[in-house]
Amino acid sequence: MIFSELYGTYYNTVARILDAAIDHPLQKGELCSIVEKYAFGESVLGIEPAFSEERWQLILPDGSTALKHSPTMPLTLLEKRWLKAIWQDPRIRLFTDEQTCFPEVEPLFDPDDILVFDKYADGDPYTDENYVANFRLVTDAIRNRYPLSIDAMNRKGSVTHMVLMPEYLEYSEKDDKFRLIGSGRRCGGTVNLGRITSVRPYGKPFEIAPAAGSRSECRTVTFELADYRNALERVLMHFAHFEKQAEKLDGKHYRITVTYDRDDETEMVIRILSFGPMVKVIAPTDFVNLIKERLISQKSCGH
Amino acid sequence: MAYSELIKNFNRTRDYMREFYVYGFRSREEYTGKSVRSYDDERRRLDSWLGEYMRFRQNLDGKKVFLSIDSRLARHNPLYRAWKSKSFTDGDITLHFILFDILWSPDIALSLNDIMYRMDEYLRTFCKPKVFDVSTVRKKLNEYISEGIIVSEKHGKTILYRRAKDGDHCSTDILDFFSEVSPCGVIGSYLLDRKAVHEDYFAFKHHYITGTMDSGIVCALLTAIREKQSVGLTTINRRNGKSSENRVIPLRIMVSVQNGRQYLMAYAPHFRRITPFRTDNILSVRPGEPCERFDRLRAELDGMTPHMWGVSTQSISGDRMEHVEFTVRYGPGEGHIHRRLEREKRCGTVEKTSACTSRFSADVYDASELIPWIRTFISRITDISFSNETLESRFYGDLREMYALYGLEGGDAE
Repeated sequence: MIFSELYGTYYNTVARILDAAIDHPLQKGELCSIVEKYAFGESVLGIEPAFSEERWQLILPDGSTALKHSPTMPLTLLEKRWLKAIWQDPRIRLFTDEQTCFPEVEPLFDPDDILVFDKYADGDPYTDENYVANFRLVTDAIRNRYPLSIDAMNRKGSVTHMVLMPEYLEYSEKDDKFRLIGSGRRCGGTVNLGRITSVRPYGKPFEIAPAAGSRSECRTVTFELADYRNALERVLMHFAHFEKQAEKLDGKHYRITVTYDRDDETEMVIRILSFGPMVKVIAPTDFVNLIKERLISQKSCGH
Repeated sequence: MAYSELIKNFNRTRDYMREFYVYGFRSREEYTGKSVRSYDDERRRLDSWLGEYMRFRQNLDGKKVFLSIDSRLARHNPLYRAWKSKSFTDGDITLHFILFDILWSPDIALSLNDIMYRMDEYLRTFCKPKVFDVSTVRKKLNEYISEGIIVSEKHGKTILYRRAKDGDHCSTDILDFFSEVSPCGVIGSYLLDRKAVHEDYFAFKHHYITGTMDSGIVCALLTAIREKQSVGLTTINRRNGKSSENRVIPLRIMVSVQNGRQYLMAYAPHFRRITPFRTDNILSVRPGEPCERFDRLRAELDGMTPHMWGVSTQSISGDRMEHVEFTVRYGPGEGHIHRRLEREKRCGTVEKTSACTSRFSADVYDASELIPWIRTFISRITDISFSNETLESRFYGDLREMYALYGLEGGDAE
């Protein structure tokens, strides 16, 4: 069962409480601080009395426990089946050379049982040995905090060199690509992993440039939506992954504000255009003008 | 019943989460069909689980509660927390931790009587020790056997119980990544909860987490697909609120990474065709009989896929196949437009018709599915044609309407 108390926050939190109680009798307030750290906002209202009223007979009034071993639970069949399924994903090779896991269980699904039908066709080459080696070096550098010397192909097809302190990897399911986000360069530190031609540890002292590390700024766009052809649902689902606000204006019209990254402005423009006349951008003016420019240019195509 | 932040059934919460996360513009009074008490309880629970993402807006119509999550900033899907809120009894939790303390190693194998005896040792130090009867403990052990965490073996006439062996457990890197991108990723999140707190270094762009609410449905469907079984589905029509029953043969889960929707592609004997069902409209899945036709139907779906832009397997026009083609223009330094067509097309062909023009064409079941994508090329479309004339005139009509919306000459005023 996927919805089970075995995986629940309460069981996990209680395991941590018992772990502490095995080590030493719990001090006053210790239980509550574990609950506040690991459980939900109001969990302390349920967990603390359950112990003090001895409904959960696991902690004695003096804060000790009769349990002797740090609480653990074997992997469930469902967990093993899920792991076995992801082991069939080509991206697993980025992380491990082990060919299989849990030979005794059936995978929860096979690759053929799922189809992502709208990801872009030029995703990263997950089976390419160089790509895998680069991925592993980059993740090692992030984990162990050392700078990298990178050669990467730019959009014009020439190779550029950079030295970066890698911060994290960003994966886009739509693009099916990893990007390395780093710091240390004035002009930004993002590089597509698939464009890296060579990467090695930068063995010299490295100073992060003063303006580096700053992520692009957030912007907002506000548009009005006319809810016909099921536009409301389509638009809100489409922009669901952004921070957003929706407001009902009348029976058929809504005002929606979406916060996005400035670097993705062009993408936002075309995503909004994809909804046609159901969406009208009303602010900011700069964004309205970007839409108008596209429409004016379209008129010049003769339609 | 007194309020609890834990829940027994996920379905009602699923509805509220979708409402607060995807929509988020309704006030308490607008949640028709549900009691005010129910709304208050669900809102309070979501606040307890996801407090840092809850937002409120007050206007004349009342207070609007919504969930606002930028999934690019949240390294781990916060909605998974809802899946970790299953309720249980006082006996369940007491029994669970004592059982696994007794059976703390896979080398220990005990009979039910031995387990009962040892349990008393744990409980007798309390003022009013709980008393578990044998059938309760046996039932719990059997439940754990089916979950795969306890194994049983016969020794003569006695059944011995031991904890299952722990297999290799994978790295946090694998779990950090696949819990976000894999179907039923919540299971990866369960596995992560077993790990020590660690630094993660994956972020996710274009990351839809809407499907989280449907994890239970998708898990049941994947199990049925794996078993090549038919299923009974209860689905809801969101427009009129009516639910209906369908017996279908599930064939594949289709996932969109451009709007976060997930679909079941299934053969519906009633309609005699393969048809999509949105997983967020499926209320329940009941396993049925093994299906001998599964492989043949799956092969049929494979044959259809090159003509599906999205998930639609039939057109509005009723034609078997619809043709669509359009041409875009670009400047000498804009070769990326041609590459965009190549990269983004899901079927059909792209050809360069001159140094600065490219044409896309395809034969698909439902050409209307391509229109949103085609609109992303607005500013460059020099030519477009659909075999379905209604779609073509709608495309041009929409364009004129857009000109009018932005006050551009040549548009039709609304």
